[in-house]
Amino acid sequence: MRPFQNIRIAIEALRANKLRSALTMLGIIIGVGSVVSLLSVGNGAQESILAQINGIGTNLVTVVPGVLTLNTSRPPAAGSIGAGARPLTDADARAIEERVSNISGVAPEFTANGTTITFKRTNILAAARAVTPDYLMVRNQTIGEGRWIESSDMSTAARVVVLGADAAESLFGELSPIGERIKVANVPFTVIGVLNRVGGGFTGNPDQSVYVPLTAGYRSLFGSRAAYRGDNRVSVIYISALNNDELETVAEEVTTVLRSEHRLKIDDEDDFTVLTQEQFLSIAGAITGILTIFLGAIAGISLLVGGIGIMNISLVSVTERTKEIGLRKAVGAKRRTILIQFLVETVTLSVIGGFAGIFLGWMVATLISATGVLQATVTPNSVALAVGFSFMVGLFFGIYPASRAAALQPIEALRYE
Amino acid sequence: MNDIPVNLKAMIEARGLTKVYKMGTTEVRALNGVSLDVFQSEMVSVIGQSGSGKSTLLSILGALDLPTSGSYKLDGREVATMRDDELAALRNQRIGFVFQKFNLLARSTALANVELPLTYAGVPSRQSRKRAAETLTLVGLGDRLDHKPNELSGGQQQRVAIARALVNNPSIILADEPTGNLDSRTGEEILELFHKLHEEQKITLIVVTHDPKIAAQCQRVIKLRDGVVVPDDDTRPLMTYEALRNATLSEHSDSH
Ligand SMILES: Nc1ncnc2c1ncn2[C@@H]1O[C@H](COP(=O)(O)OP(=O)(O)OP(=O)(O)O)[C@@H](O)[C@H]1O
Ligand SMILES: [Mg+2]
Repeated sequence: MRPFQNIRIAIEALRANKLRSALTMLGIIIGVGSVVSLLSVGNGAQESILAQINGIGTNLVTVVPGVLTLNTSRPPAAGSIGAGARPLTDADARAIEERVSNISGVAPEFTANGTTITFKRTNILAAARAVTPDYLMVRNQTIGEGRWIESSDMSTAARVVVLGADAAESLFGELSPIGERIKVANVPFTVIGVLNRVGGGFTGNPDQSVYVPLTAGYRSLFGSRAAYRGDNRVSVIYISALNNDELETVAEEVTTVLRSEHRLKIDDEDDFTVLTQEQFLSIAGAITGILTIFLGAIAGISLLVGGIGIMNISLVSVTERTKEIGLRKAVGAKRRTILIQFLVETVTLSVIGGFAGIFLGWMVATLISATGVLQATVTPNSVALAVGFSFMVGLFFGIYPASRAAALQPIEALRYE
Repeated sequence: MNDIPVNLKAMIEARGLTKVYKMGTTEVRALNGVSLDVFQSEMVSVIGQSGSGKSTLLSILGALDLPTSGSYKLDGREVATMRDDELAALRNQRIGFVFQKFNLLARSTALANVELPLTYAGVPSRQSRKRAAETLTLVGLGDRLDHKPNELSGGQQQRVAIARALVNNPSIILADEPTGNLDSRTGEEILELFHKLHEEQKITLIVVTHDPKIAAQCQRVIKLRDGVVVPDDDTRPLMTYEALRNATLSEHSDSH
């Protein structure tokens, strides 16, 4: 018996029973397709979340007021955390800037969420963020049009404003907003620039925001709301480390500086929280991990359903196939020949069905990506997992009954009911 | 008369064959010590009441099943102790089996069905196709090569099965009630085919049948009752070499 002969027999058997072959393949296609597409969604979600975190700014250390434990908290939305605790102030920010080494910028921010922004008769709600010139670099943002806030704007507390991309679009549409006068919480400001779009972020949507000089914010917008013991509150302080290796040291130094600024005793708890990007990543990792497990469970169920489909077809055809095996043995097929035939059949179905399933999963992923909700990416791992599992199912439900039948005396197999 | 080769060596030698089926606590002795010889180019029928063990005997002679005890030699080689692969080779090379229910692969053409033993013998596809087509022509189905079993009449299906049994030039053809599923006219046609093969190709044939008319057309009848061979007045007794030789020679000269 040449190997070619074996393959010939198997292909002939598959072609002789097209319906059964097609149904078995369908089980594999559904199983593989669902695993590939679901895992691609999981991956896409993970990637997009990680991309957003990286978009917060590289080498970023974030300080928020109050104590934030990683396990129980939501990701920090600036200004909303630790409302009752000791606030951070612009004096804290200045102290960090002066005393922490290896940093390239410090960017305090005071945030007023849900501020009404008015241009002529159009009103929108946006976060009004009072920031310093460093903010642009520290937060990894770029100017699309016009210019960013400069030191002179700070020293004169100029009533100028830079718009996030979405805010600009909803207020001005296609028109250029540069030089226009808008009202921020009813106070007139002049638009000097528009930021490029960055996409949704962990600290509120930066595109649906307007940015004013910190000093102008204190003087014209927030007034006594921001005052704290002769200083001004800030909602969050962003610090950018010179490079990634310094991140932990910077975080430690920031902690030391703030503890001394806040006059904490040796065994007092911190009354603020310092977060590095790594910690954001680990929070996100925990969230996406759950998501992936969840999607994996759904994918597992689809695999099971596909597997049961294959099993059904196989079991229904066991009688028929047992007789077929009996007959093949009666005319001289050896046990090994029968097993090889079934193996080749299974492999053929798995390979064709597997490829079709990958294609199906890839199409679903492409469709999902096309909706723009997230970028679903097909990974080699999910493909290997899906194909491997379907192959095992096909092998078990195809080969196992066949090997039992092949071990029978031909007359018993022929009599099988 | 001398051009008819008669090899008087027993092709089949069965001694004390038993087959016991265990059904839970009860035992069924389907064969209870069957001994018989079949000679080359003989045409033998096996008769007996339903349940007497005919099919069981034929399956063992066809190497489709193994006896519980006893010895079975085909062409001088002991079959009862053969390994699975040896049995498969034996079935493939030396034995052609014809079933009452035809047992064709339902979704394969007549040609593919007949090719099957050749494929398992390792015959290359072009050659096996040619030989299968020739054999189908021999049984009168040269114009039905591409028909599937459900596109053939019962008689034609049995012809396909006979072609499949013949295609690898076996030493012996065993048929278990080959006409049992056919009407009497079609049954006669099948029997004529057997006669033709027997006469023209000197094929050794053992036919299990219920039909006394078929039994009467055979050179010798083996009758079974309750798993043993009975010497019956109505049937010719187990022949000696001498008697067989005379009978075979005279029958051959009769038919010419
Ligand atoms: N697989 C089996 N398991 C148990 N008993 C069996 C089995 N096969 C046959 N028998 C029993 O063995 C005995 C002989 O059966 P066998 O099929 O050889 O009879 P038969 O002479 O061919 O009958 P029929 O003319 O009806 O075909 C019967 O009593 C039957 O019930
Ligand atoms: Mg029977």
